Amino acid sequence: MPRTDFHSPDYYQIDDLLTDEQKLVRGAIRDFVNREIMPIIEDCAQKAYFPEFIVKKFGEVGAFGPTIPQEYGGGGLDYISYGLMMQEIERGDSGMRSTASVQGSLVMFPIFKYGSEEQKKKYLPKLASGEFLGCFGLTEPDHGSNPSAMVTNFKDMGDHYLLNGAKMWITNSPKADIAVVWAKNEEGRIRGLIVERGMEGFTTPETHHKWSLRASITGELVFDNVKVPKENLLPLADGLSGPLRCLDSARYGIAWGAIGAAMDCYETARKYAIERHQFGKPIAGFQLTQRKLAEMITEITKAQLLAWRLGTLKNEGKATTPQISMAKRNNVHMAITIAREARQILGGMGITGEFPIMRHMMNLESVITYEGTHDIHQLITGSDITGISAFK
Amino acid sequence: MKILVCISNVPDTTSKISFTDNNTKLNTSGIQFIIGPYDEYALSRAIELKEAAGGTVTVLNVGEADTEPTIRKALAIGADDAIRVNAFPKDAFYVASQIAAIAKSENYDLILMGRESIDYNSGLVHGLVGELLGIPSVSPVMKLDVEGGKAVMSREIEGGKEIVEASLPLVAGCQEPIAEWKIPNMRGIMSARTKPLKVVEPASVTDNIKLLNYELPAPKGACKMIDASTPEKLFDLLKNEAKVL
Repeated sequence: MPRTDFHSPDYYQIDDLLTDEQKLVRGAIRDFVNREIMPIIEDCAQKAYFPEFIVKKFGEVGAFGPTIPQEYGGGGLDYISYGLMMQEIERGDSGMRSTASVQGSLVMFPIFKYGSEEQKKKYLPKLASGEFLGCFGLTEPDHGSNPSAMVTNFKDMGDHYLLNGAKMWITNSPKADIAVVWAKNEEGRIRGLIVERGMEGFTTPETHHKWSLRASITGELVFDNVKVPKENLLPLADGLSGPLRCLDSARYGIAWGAIGAAMDCYETARKYAIERHQFGKPIAGFQLTQRKLAEMITEITKAQLLAWRLGTLKNEGKATTPQISMAKRNNVHMAITIAREARQILGGMGITGEFPIMRHMMNLESVITYEGTHDIHQLITGSDITGISAFK
Repeated sequence: MKILVCISNVPDTTSKISFTDNNTKLNTSGIQFIIGPYDEYALSRAIELKEAAGGTVTVLNVGEADTEPTIRKALAIGADDAIRVNAFPKDAFYVASQIAAIAKSENYDLILMGRESIDYNSGLVHGLVGELLGIPSVSPVMKLDVEGGKAVMSREIEGGKEIVEASLPLVAGCQEPIAEWKIPNMRGIMSARTKPLKVVEPASVTDNIKLLNYELPAPKGACKMIDASTPEKLFDLLKNEAKVL
């Protein structure tokens, strides 16, 4: 039966702030997640299996690059719609949201923002439809929070560039058709290159034995004298600001996505607490349980308002990097805290795959680290409000 | 092929129902409205038929302006245009009369809708529309194929199914598994912004039924568990407490 059997917690009638179209987008992605992701995700996570077929389905429903203009195959939607999509997908699983986030914010966005017209026409429609899967190479084995110290580099060989180096912790890499890679040129400037699977010397070994984002595929990007055609250089990105703008876009999606994971944990715990009886009454009737649930809905409500306001600023072109950073940090921390508290309400059942909580909790350990760690985001806010950088 | 799909705007199936105005109006506060689930199957089949053989799909809703988000969803799913008859859908005859008034002048090959709405569940509208237009109506239809100006349909009947054939035009009340229900994609949602939605004033229909008030079912009582080893207790309770024996 076509129906939506999940209602987002909406303690402050935040739905009244959404347009009918935004609610339609949320409903569509919610139905998509209920139909395509919920039935398989626990099994995929248990088996550390990336359901590759979901890439095509994400493309069909329009989950890739929803804010990219329609002429390049995107959705042409606003940022609150994009945020709501990420929320719904991450209600299913952070790994699935990571797949969509990377494709939209870290691959399509830089090609749209910094690419030539030829590059946009060549890659964006295929990425939007899911025919191509993309990945984003910034982090290196020895350079995580400090990407400006990267060592991956390329040399101008006249008719091509020669790329050398390695990237690590790259979502989608083992299955990616293309990689947007950030590397230093001979003058030490960070530039973006589009590297295609099949280029000689380019390999993507998988990272195994993760306890987090197990349904998402992660790997490395290794460049051993890779000849990259000159037309694959992103002409309009010059310097670290290029990849950092991409991260702004991805962090924005994470700020919304984390709410989805938190909602799933909260709703699971609330329902369980009402049904589970101990000492002759539902455990929801005990003060300590109510305290946990009350804190959860309060924090979700605050996170929803933060995300909605940030989305409005994004739509007006006014959202700043520190504002996005704050929302990412706050909302992911909120979600992981709720996952841990929800797990306690479920007792022993909380650690099993019968319920989604432990999976969300383990996923969120990655989410709180990637796209800028929790600590680094605190320093971004600290630097913004004091004018003094603490991480240089 | 020219297809009309009639959709209802109904509370989500998980809604908590309550009333206002001395129990004469549904309390819509906090209720999410959706396309009637059976109507959504009808819409999905209409779009499949259009994709296979060409044609147009028009959606029709009898409802006031607040039903437009539901109509936009139908457009996002793939209908080409929409008509809203600007009136509160008072009862089955009223709704059927409005549909017939529109359909009379439009020569639709197929008029599809759900087997019933999920708010009042009368299951009458498709039959009434067929009668008002003087064309066949079949329900509940679980399979529908069209070929050579005829429709072949599979109906669920007691203990099995029945295969029937009817000439077009016809009315069908649909239910699963007539089609796989469709989720609108983002491009569909964007294109729904600009698809035509025509608002027409209702035809004059005599009120046959007057609503007095609604009542909710009595709340369920607490459940008493009786040990299997003492069946006499059950007889005692049924006889002396429930007084049904």
